[in-house]
Amino acid sequence: MSETIETDALIVGAGPAGLFAVFELGLLDIRAHVIDILPRAGGQCSELYPEKPIYDIPGHPLVTGQGLTDNLLEQIKPFNPTFHFNEMVETLTPTGTPEQPSFEVTTDAGTKFKAKVVFVAAGGGSFQPKKPPIAGIEAYENKSVFYAVRRMEDFRDRDVVIVGGGDSALDWTLNLQPIAKSLTLVHRRDQFRAAPHSVNALQELIAAKKVDFRLGQVTAIEGADGELSSVTIRGNDNVDTVVSAHRMMPFFGLTMKLGPVADWGLNLNENLVPVDTEKFETNHPGIFAIGDINTYPGKLKLILCGFHEGALAAQKAHRYIFPDKKLLFQYTTSSTNLQKKLGV
Amino acid sequence: MVKTSLYDQANRYGAEPGGGAPTKAKITFVDSHGQARTVEGETGSTVMETARRNDIPEIPAECGGACACATCHVYVDEAWVEKVGKPSQMEEDMLDFAFDVKPNSRLSCQITVRPELDGLVVTTPSQQG
Ligand SMILES: Cc1cc2nc3c(=O)[nH]c(=O)nc-3n(C[C@H](O)[C@H](O)[C@H](O)COP(=O)(O)OP(=O)(O)OC[C@H]3O[C@@H](n4cnc5c(N)ncnc54)[C@H](O)[C@@H]3O)c2cc1C
Ligand code: FES
Repeated sequence: MSETIETDALIVGAGPAGLFAVFELGLLDIRAHVIDILPRAGGQCSELYPEKPIYDIPGHPLVTGQGLTDNLLEQIKPFNPTFHFNEMVETLTPTGTPEQPSFEVTTDAGTKFKAKVVFVAAGGGSFQPKKPPIAGIEAYENKSVFYAVRRMEDFRDRDVVIVGGGDSALDWTLNLQPIAKSLTLVHRRDQFRAAPHSVNALQELIAAKKVDFRLGQVTAIEGADGELSSVTIRGNDNVDTVVSAHRMMPFFGLTMKLGPVADWGLNLNENLVPVDTEKFETNHPGIFAIGDINTYPGKLKLILCGFHEGALAAQKAHRYIFPDKKLLFQYTTSSTNLQKKLGV
Repeated sequence: MVKTSLYDQANRYGAEPGGGAPTKAKITFVDSHGQARTVEGETGSTVMETARRNDIPEIPAECGGACACATCHVYVDEAWVEKVGKPSQMEEDMLDFAFDVKPNSRLSCQITVRPELDGLVVTTPSQQG
């Protein structure tokens, strides 16, 4: 088990709200660690609409979801935030007092944090793999049915079935085929929405009979004690075939689930966290909620609102972290102090 | 099922009927338990938006119509398949992320309500996300 990471501020979620909060906190000398279950920053903007234009970011007549994310990452660079990707925040436990809050935070990867304030910027919830509607699949999850590969060795010399036709499905087909005993790829059509070089490599493996490609879908699984033995594939011709399988990986993309945020003792209103509009603080002193995850009278789920919320929440965070320091209102345009922090 | 809904502001980003007074078309949504709900959709908006505005269940439409989530999957009633038409390449790609895709599967955010779709019947699958 790793040692505890200490930080002033811990930000849950690397969407636009979480990213800009790094900036506003940084200007106030507050260092932040940022955790996201996704492998990269940007939240909905990079996950759902990286190529689509956004027209209502102040000062940017047009910027794409990915463009905005890249700009935010550039903007917060001077504050050197530490990102922890591919980790989901599971527990958030208050350990301090209302005047001097402090929190213990753990992730599903076992990382532990101690933070003085927590910014919940969890958006529409954590992005999690979609689970196919196959009866009894829960009993096999993380034992023989996986939505991500943590250990390649789990697949060595096994009959592996991969379901899907996107980049993840193809990448893992290509990666696992050399070590698996057999690899069956199941997809609903013979077209793949993936990088051309992966598609080419896959087609070569299929031609060489190293990957058994089946058109159709997995409709049932069989096994015992969480260990798969076979899966039933219903072909597009409606004929069922049973294929030996020790491991299965379904790749149907991601969906947003509120997830562990619900278990942190925060008030919830229809899956949103109510906050005040002065500090954007939750019912728990020291825990702030900004961006799409929060709610208050008049709330709009807009990126620009998340930016504003982060700026005001940072002011209150400063009072918790530096109770004796007076907060001076300054402009980045004219304050040499702020410019020094920004390295300009 | 309570789901985090991103798109309470569908109006803000969604396609709004352009120019002139919109006409209406009746759309019937049959849920996975067989319950039918008939509502009026405005021409120019999408079948997904019509569902959201009328609190139709089983269409979370997480991405708000960006053809980026496949959680607005519907089965078009066989009698309407031809009139509704075929999915675009982009929609076909996104359908890879829907469950139990059939020849009459469509993403409802990609179906624009048109006068000739008056009476359209679609069924929602039991699981979207
Ligand atoms: C198609 C589409 C178009 C849009 N267009 C616009 C537009 O034009 N203008 C506009 O202003 N807004 C637009 N929006 C809305 C905008 O994207 C959101 O308001 C914005 O992304 C919210 O930012 P956020 O940082 O609050 O949350 P998100 O972007 O949702 O990011 C939250 C992050 O937190 C992570 N997370 C959650 N829980 C956990 C946990 N327990 N552990 C680890 N990580 C966690 C999630 O994985 C996610 O990455 C659009 C949205 C969509 C879907
Ligand atoms: S609403 Fe997301 S694909 Fe239709």
